[in-house]
Amino acid sequence: MSEKFRRALDGITRVRGVRGALLVTSDDGLVVADAVMEGVRGGAVAALTASLAARLGKATVGAGIGEASFIHLQAEKGALLAMPAPDGVLVVVIAEKDVNVGLARLEMLQAAEAVK
Amino acid sequence: MSAELAQNPDSLVFLDLGEVLRRRGQPYSAAKAAVAGLERHPDLADAHDLYARVLVDMGHLQQAYEEWHSTVALDPQHLGAHKGLGFLCYRWGDLDGALEHLESALAADPMDQSVVQALRMVRDAVTELTEITDEQESSVFEGLEGARHGLLMFDTRGRVLGGGMLTELGEDVSQDVAAYVAGGCQEADRSTRILEMGEWQWMIVEGAGGNMHVSRSEADTVLLVARDRSVPSGRLAILAERAAEVARQWVEEQQP
Repeated sequence: MSEKFRRALDGITRVRGVRGALLVTSDDGLVVADAVMEGVRGGAVAALTASLAARLGKATVGAGIGEASFIHLQAEKGALLAMPAPDGVLVVVIAEKDVNVGLARLEMLQAAEAVK
Repeated sequence: MSAELAQNPDSLVFLDLGEVLRRRGQPYSAAKAAVAGLERHPDLADAHDLYARVLVDMGHLQQAYEEWHSTVALDPQHLGAHKGLGFLCYRWGDLDGALEHLESALAADPMDQSVVQALRMVRDAVTELTEITDEQESSVFEGLEGARHGLLMFDTRGRVLGGGMLTELGEDVSQDVAAYVAGGCQEADRSTRILEMGEWQWMIVEGAGGNMHVSRSEADTVLLVARDRSVPSGRLAILAERAAEVARQWVEEQQP
């Protein structure tokens, strides 16, 4: 993994409650770089999150509110966050239920900028 | 073929061997051949495709879905993988996804009659759903803020049950938005299952011109509330809660 990507993901994984962060190609869901805890199936999560983001993105465009710029999925025992970055990359975060979303989001923004 | 493979373990004959075994109704032997082949040829799209078909024979649909995703990642025009993904999406009620993959399969081989037939079946199902929805157009959320332009209730197949979604120009986009979000809900289900996060409860999607709040409701229905950016996410969640209460009552009234 390149130093640039590693640093981008490190900032996110330092946020308390984050279990992993990935950079994923948004069109086919391939992992570009990842920093995930052991046991997290990064490849599968990448593919599914890219597909989820694509469908929700189509919905927001269809509804006339533009491209999706941030997605927050809240589940019973965790949360999944996604944010588009330049060059067709998606920043994906897997987190505990009570993660500080605001903080995670700030780090995701920085990671997205670092991808340029 | 087994002898040939034993003599040359790097041979691609495992693809034919696996196919023969699965056609003979020996999925476990076919899986062994596919996995052994994949260990030697992890970047071979056809190997992932073979393993996915064996997994379907064994009833492991979620794993098959992932294998076909790997196939498409290696070969975006892979006919078999798009056919397989189309089949799984249709089976899971994701008509939008089924159409997408079958159209990709048709682009890969316009002469494949099985794809032409499958596409016809899915398109018929979409038309049928649209007709049912038109007949059932209701005003479930009458009286609630944005009931006819920014509040939508639909089932997991994307069939609109109530409310409506209009663009700023007044164009009715209820069907399209419900179909896309229903597909998204299926991906949300799969993601949370893989991550062992329990069931997803809600999703917020922010766009340049507004936000969407998607939540689970009664009896496998999904609620979607959309507003422009002047309405904060917290307020959106409150609106969604109110709509959920109305939807709950409506679902109860529909019970026989």
